[in-house]
Amino acid sequence: MVNRIVVGAHYGVRDWLVQRLSAVVMTVYTVVFAIAVAGARPVDYAAWKALFAQGWMRVATLLFFVSLLLHAWVGMRDILMDYIRPTGLRLTLEVIVILVLTACAGWAVQILWRA
Amino acid sequence: MPEASLKKKRPLWYNLSPLDLPLPGLVSILHRISGAALFLLLVWLLYLLDSSLASPERFAAVKATLAHPFAKLVLLGLLWSFLHHLCAGIRYLFLDIHKGVDLPTARATSAAVLAASLALTVLLGWLLLW
Repeated sequence: MVNRIVVGAHYGVRDWLVQRLSAVVMTVYTVVFAIAVAGARPVDYAAWKALFAQGWMRVATLLFFVSLLLHAWVGMRDILMDYIRPTGLRLTLEVIVILVLTACAGWAVQILWRA
Repeated sequence: MPEASLKKKRPLWYNLSPLDLPLPGLVSILHRISGAALFLLLVWLLYLLDSSLASPERFAAVKATLAHPFAKLVLLGLLWSFLHHLCAGIRYLFLDIHKGVDLPTARATSAAVLAASLALTVLLGWLLLW
């Protein structure tokens, strides 16, 4: 083991934890969503719309998308750090990932709370 | 630079074929590939969700789009990506708390992750897509 002095940096512990916690939130949501779909059997538009019109479903789905935003950011950053060597290109791609994910989260809010 | 002298001694041959990996390694690279695939198609999935909830006409249009064999194939791939990522992710959460880290268990749970995600893909694909 490297005997390094841990001072002044996170060493990725926070990202590691965020990735795990968001994974747990999304796993729980997946189970809840599967049960809700199995119960409601939304085969037509009215039933599908009613499923997402429930207050708890909107909030739960929002939690899912916020977790997805954080989780995908950590994962995509890991991938970019591993395979994209030129710093400028990596930074550009990282910014694109952040913008796409933030836009998706905003879009998800719009979808969920649209009248 | 110390890097320059170190680099000279290292062999420049890397076997990047995932098929030569042991089972836990295969689960690992598939976890990464499935995660990237889910990110890359996230915008399309959100578009489908948006359309399906927008109006009865657009809901019908989404249904028609997803009836296309190519769309079904892509969705089946995404379904597998999600399920593999989920199953492998649960395995990693157990590894994080030092459960199943010995080699025989790690190999067995890797095989279980591959089998479970494939079986669930077939089951859910059959139930939802066909």
